[in-house]
Amino acid sequence: MLGEGIIQGLVETARNFFGSYVEKDRLTTVQYPEERHTLPEASRVFPILLYDGDDAAKGLRCVACQICEKECPPRCIHIEKSKDKKPDFVGKQQFYPAVFDIDVAVCMSCQICVEVCPFDAIRMDKVYELSTSDRFGGLLWTKEQLSKPNEYYQKIHPMEAAETDERRVKELAEAQAKAAAAAAKAAQTASPAPGDASGNGASAAAKPATAVHE
Amino acid sequence: MISPGAVDQVFVTLKDWIVFHTPAPLQTLVSIVIEVATIIVVFAALFALATVFERKGLGRMQNRYGPNRVGPFGVFQPIADAVKSLTKEDVVPRAADHVVHYLAPLVLVGVVFLTYAVLPVGRNMTAVNLDAGVLYFFAVGAATELAIFMAGWSSHNKYSLLGAMRAIAQMVSYEIPLILSSVAVIMIAGTLSTVKIVELQARYSNGLAHWYVFTPWGLAGFILFMIAATAETNRSPFDLPEGESEIISGYFIEYSGFKFALFFLAEYLEMFAVSGLGITLFLGGWSSPVSFLAWIPSWLWFFGKLLALLFAFIWVRGTVPRLRMDQLMNFAWKFMLPMTLVTILSAGIWHFLTVAVVGPKPLGGVIRWLVCALVIFVPYITLARVLERGRRIEKRVYRFAE
Ligand code: SF4
Ligand code: SF4
Repeated sequence: MLGEGIIQGLVETARNFFGSYVEKDRLTTVQYPEERHTLPEASRVFPILLYDGDDAAKGLRCVACQICEKECPPRCIHIEKSKDKKPDFVGKQQFYPAVFDIDVAVCMSCQICVEVCPFDAIRMDKVYELSTSDRFGGLLWTKEQLSKPNEYYQKIHPMEAAETDERRVKELAEAQAKAAAAAAKAAQTASPAPGDASGNGASAAAKPATAVHE
Repeated sequence: MISPGAVDQVFVTLKDWIVFHTPAPLQTLVSIVIEVATIIVVFAALFALATVFERKGLGRMQNRYGPNRVGPFGVFQPIADAVKSLTKEDVVPRAADHVVHYLAPLVLVGVVFLTYAVLPVGRNMTAVNLDAGVLYFFAVGAATELAIFMAGWSSHNKYSLLGAMRAIAQMVSYEIPLILSSVAVIMIAGTLSTVKIVELQARYSNGLAHWYVFTPWGLAGFILFMIAATAETNRSPFDLPEGESEIISGYFIEYSGFKFALFFLAEYLEMFAVSGLGITLFLGGWSSPVSFLAWIPSWLWFFGKLLALLFAFIWVRGTVPRLRMDQLMNFAWKFMLPMTLVTILSAGIWHFLTVAVVGPKPLGGVIRWLVCALVIFVPYITLARVLERGRRIEKRVYRFAE
């Protein structure tokens, strides 16, 4: 009969109308500032730089290789290489970024910088409330603001962090084994100069490896 | 102890008191100003309330909360909206006809407010008791079409012109069923005065009021009237003139800021006015449906009924999607028009089936009711059959989706 469908529709909307007052789980809206969604583990917003240990300046994993700067599609990373070097986690002498800026306003959360970084130095953060009243300085994040400890990364992305940490422990063990072998070889062949700090190669690399990594 | 009668007449008494205390030469003017100001303030406030109710009601129908941030439960949302629309830039297109563009919203709001003059919002609470009140209402109400076309034409924009053309076509088509469905009431009441029509309905037999909606032709007429009123006021599902998806809100697309708010206001005021007329014609105006509730003040009854109809409007808007232009026209000319003619016929039969013809009260009344109902129901079924013939509604099969 004509008009039957409209009656059915009216009944349906009435059921929704009254139902939304009695059944709370009908309402799918999240009342944002008070309530929040729990983000899925793979969610990503913005890159951070990871460091090991407690000291951000000393433990920063980034070696300023500038791969990410070149790969970043909107070109929002700006890196200036340091003049001097510092040892990395296996003890190898590496450059570090004197300046590492990312423009939050330009970053498009593509994660390409993370994919290309060979040193596990850059990862994606989940923080999304980045608005600021300062349009220029407030949106350009410096190395200090970007640096986050590895523990933080383990907290926000536990699965990814476990994989990375496992790989890095293995790398470290390999490097240490290699260094130990080299040191043993060096001790065999050149016993007269063990304290030679200015010496190049294996013996120099072996020492910071133990010093830097706990 | 204050008697119910005094509460009922409190506003009338108050006005009389103020008028009595003004100097004699000013009394007419003061009386007019008080009435006009009251109408403007009350219905503008109702508009503010209605926007919140509408947004919250629609939200609930879609399992959302609706506005709930400004004030407790979001009731101050209209204030925020008003501030927003007042502080917006008033953009007028360079190619527009400036004078007409400026006048259109004013004419629209002004015309809509004029229709309130004949609405009896309570006992003795009618601004002007015209002998031809219903006629006046429709005559003034038809002038909104002019304002809408002014807006659409002067904006010099193809979408607003399309919207205005749609609006005119729609409003002219639906004006006919709107007026014809009230003809039945005018026939039975024998008067065009809104005040008299309500007074005729405010009589009781066996404790039940003589509302016209309780008769078969009145019920059918009321439903047809409300459908036509929905189309007249451009409300969903007949909101083609402002279809956002196809003509990006139609005739008021080139309006911003407060002028846009005026269009919005006029749309709601039109809705209240036409609902008010529906209440006056079919739902007994300010009278209570049963005699033992007659102590409730008459203006409360009127506004209660108005809010109920408002909810019905919101409910329908939350349910029915927008029609197509040809569906709209087919519905007006092939269904609404014949059905309103049938209600007029039924009302005529009702008039002649007096006690002398069908016999004494209880049984005679039932027979009269059933005969008149049949006169409407049989053509309705037949018409529905004819209109749906050859049209099969099947489940749509998608080739690529799914
Ligand atoms: S996430 Fe993408 S856009 Fe953002 S810094 Fe990394 S590479 Fe650039
Ligand atoms: S973050 Fe990674 S890819 Fe970018 S400069 Fe540092 S080490 Fe290289």
